Amino acid sequence: MSQTFVGMPSFPKNAAIAVQDSQLRFNLRKATRTIRGKRASVVEELPDWAELRQAGKAIKDHTLRNLERYLVQMEAAVSAAGGTVHWAKDAEEANRIVAGLVKATGETEVVKVKSMATQEIGLNEALAVEGVTAYETDLAELIVQLGDDWPSHILVPAIHRNRAEIREIFLAKMADVPADLTDEPKALADAARLHLRERFLRAKVAISGANFMIAETGTLVVLESEGNGRMCLTLPETLISVVGIEKLLPAWRDLEVFLQLLPRSSTGERMNPYTSMWTGAVEGQDFHLVLLDNGRTDVLADEVGRQALRCIRCSACLNVCPVYERAGGHAYGSVYPGPIGAILTPQLRGMDTALDRSLPFASSLCGACYDVCPVAIDIPSVLVDLRAKARHPRTERIGMAAAGWVFNRSVRLARAQRFGGRMRKLIPKRLPGPMSGWTDTRDLPDIPQESFRAWWDRTEGGAR
Amino acid sequence: MTSRDLILARIRAAVGDAPDVEIPRGYRGPGAESDGLIEHFAERVRDYRAVVHVVDAAEVAAAIGDALARREAGRVVVPAGFPAEWLAESVIEDLTTVDAVVTTCAVAIAETGTIVLDAGDGMGRRALTLVPDYHLCVVRADQVVPGVPDALTRLDPVRPLTWISGPSATSDIELNRVEGVHGPRTLEVIISI
Amino acid sequence: MRVALFITCVNDTLFPDTGRAVVTLLRRLGVDVEFPQAQTCCGQMHVNTGYPAEGVRLARHFTEVFAEYDAVVTPSGSCTAMIREQYPKLAATARVPAKQTAGLGTAVEEIVPKVYDLSEFLLDVLGVTDVGAYFPHRVTYHPTCHSLRGLHLGDRPTRLLSAVRGLELVALPGAEECCGFGGTFAVKNRDISAAMCADKVGNIMTTGAEVLCAADNSCLMHIGGTLSRQKSGVRVMHLAEILAATEGGAR
Repeated sequence: MSQTFVGMPSFPKNAAIAVQDSQLRFNLRKATRTIRGKRASVVEELPDWAELRQAGKAIKDHTLRNLERYLVQMEAAVSAAGGTVHWAKDAEEANRIVAGLVKATGETEVVKVKSMATQEIGLNEALAVEGVTAYETDLAELIVQLGDDWPSHILVPAIHRNRAEIREIFLAKMADVPADLTDEPKALADAARLHLRERFLRAKVAISGANFMIAETGTLVVLESEGNGRMCLTLPETLISVVGIEKLLPAWRDLEVFLQLLPRSSTGERMNPYTSMWTGAVEGQDFHLVLLDNGRTDVLADEVGRQALRCIRCSACLNVCPVYERAGGHAYGSVYPGPIGAILTPQLRGMDTALDRSLPFASSLCGACYDVCPVAIDIPSVLVDLRAKARHPRTERIGMAAAGWVFNRSVRLARAQRFGGRMRKLIPKRLPGPMSGWTDTRDLPDIPQESFRAWWDRTEGGAR
Repeated sequence: MTSRDLILARIRAAVGDAPDVEIPRGYRGPGAESDGLIEHFAERVRDYRAVVHVVDAAEVAAAIGDALARREAGRVVVPAGFPAEWLAESVIEDLTTVDAVVTTCAVAIAETGTIVLDAGDGMGRRALTLVPDYHLCVVRADQVVPGVPDALTRLDPVRPLTWISGPSATSDIELNRVEGVHGPRTLEVIISI
Repeated sequence: MRVALFITCVNDTLFPDTGRAVVTLLRRLGVDVEFPQAQTCCGQMHVNTGYPAEGVRLARHFTEVFAEYDAVVTPSGSCTAMIREQYPKLAATARVPAKQTAGLGTAVEEIVPKVYDLSEFLLDVLGVTDVGAYFPHRVTYHPTCHSLRGLHLGDRPTRLLSAVRGLELVALPGAEECCGFGGTFAVKNRDISAAMCADKVGNIMTTGAEVLCAADNSCLMHIGGTLSRQKSGVRVMHLAEILAATEGGAR
């Protein structure tokens, strides 16, 4: 995955700073609450949401189980329709393929449709090294790119910015910005329209991802709102789509499930403004499809973790997550933040850094993410499973072993309780070490003189 | 070993012995009951802040004329195959000088307020409905289907498809929807009954 | 029917009043509840912190201790959810050697249908809504995550509370949002945990309630500890303690 976040501290340290950022907290609270309400109302409106969700889950599981067959079918269908299919085992290879294709056109500029896969592989940075400038065209991506910032959300990478901040970024960094730009969202959208118009009309090469690929027909599907996607997919002479191998669906018909699940889960709309579907090279375009592995087959090999590959990048889990709402996306140190990021990033990148090891613990296991997930990814269960794979701090291992020893025999527990009861007056109000994490903001409960089991023993369950 | 072979081999090793999965399709498929289809569609398109007119088939030409007059659209692109009784075709090379585009559609979805274009007669290549700032689309009553599953059965994936649900919009500023970004900022729909 | 009380390690050690309240309540309803002394802990802390081997041992211990009973009642939504939702996954986990989990799946399958959270036992097994309690106080109820999204307790606890004489139940805004406890999360991610609790406390204060009630003492320990640190003047009580309260005996 992208090297942008290398060397970041662990999640709790990042989050400790973020929770004190009142502007960030305000922006995220407002945005996530808005979208939660919208999602809930359009989901409630469908009488068969639960059935669609079960079908979505099963279609994805079936595809993953038969991924080899469907990928080969996809390749054949795209080739038959005049497209060229490339296979990239990792980020480096994908970047090399794309850079080579761009350079072969003689162009030094490309326009981009928002794509998680190309962010994951750090494509823009890799193209820059090759002398190719990539222009993001999605409004939120544009805000991030102009502000020299990091994305903090899957769907709305600039969710951490409010309208006033966006106006300031535009005024500072957008060459052709109207001098009287206000912070009205409409005015900001108009400024982006003006800024990108010429670039769209001039562009010869575009790079996209895809939300879905249909193995049966070789069709690619991109959902978007602004029309920047249509501009990129339609106008340039060369189109290069970098797509993770898990984005596949077996049949055309399967879209009837996902075109209902995705828009309602992501932007909380019955349907997003624009969806483009194309099969191979159309309207005289030169079309290349780059199929990307980059760790996905490793995830696929894990029986519990593989369900993360069902993800359709809707962001519903981020929007509903109380941890994400307070920590913000940057704390996760990955292009995939929030609950899905907490299970996807450590699987894709491994758990060799303090940051990646801390991600499976960035959750209270409240389960809100699982409830809203349109493909029923049991995120809490995957988190728990990843916690078992993580290397634990030494003091914690000792503490857990001691607790395990005590719980193994009820007599040991009773003895520990008696000891605690005797020490009850000696326990300080503020505890040292890791347990200060408790007493920094909370009082400890009074330790009772007598445990429940001691009371039961003494009174025969209150009978005496 | 090529990357293709490597990736496929990794997949085999990862799931080769995993059990397959049955797909339950208990959701509403194509052909569901649908009362008041046209009303439903019109209401859903209006929800996106698009302008919608429901007119008799005989009134379509007049409705198109009125809409373009209200818009004060001088240069209008009308794709090949657009019904001549509604409006004459007009071929314009430079789309950036166009005020409006008038098209038909391939299918329309009531539940989601969506129109789908397939680049066929009266719709033209995809850029025609993208670059002009105003899109007027004529939908025939028999093109309106209840839901997404119905629409897919009527569409041919080999054709380039554009699904349009309201004018271009963004939710990127504080997750509130604002209409009008890169695509047409105004969408007007005439439903011919 | 032989009914056992699974008190849970947290209640046993820190909140014996809750256990006594369950015993009082069940006896009042004619249930002769037993307390198997060999019980210890369901293993949730170990499992959710990433120590499945200890979790497997404790799960096996649980299934052995309670195997002979017809019903197991637990005053904890979280521990009930651990047994019902997580034991089956634990029995199949690849994170511990297969010989450690051998036979656990069958034992879990047998025990799971017999384990009830207190409000499930009262409403679904005993069929009682009015448990004869008297508690003349303004109360707000926080549905803990595992009782809400794990067990799907729904309105069971509030139906029980609504039937308590003298009790004024007020709705808690943002009730379904996590309080930020999350077991070791409260310590490992102390800042986020505290930030979540700050919002929970803010919502509690808008209700004007005197008592915050929940079906999990672990969450109440976290929220209550914060309420106490802030000198808020709101106390926390487990559902069982309110349901056990009677005229003359009410606090």
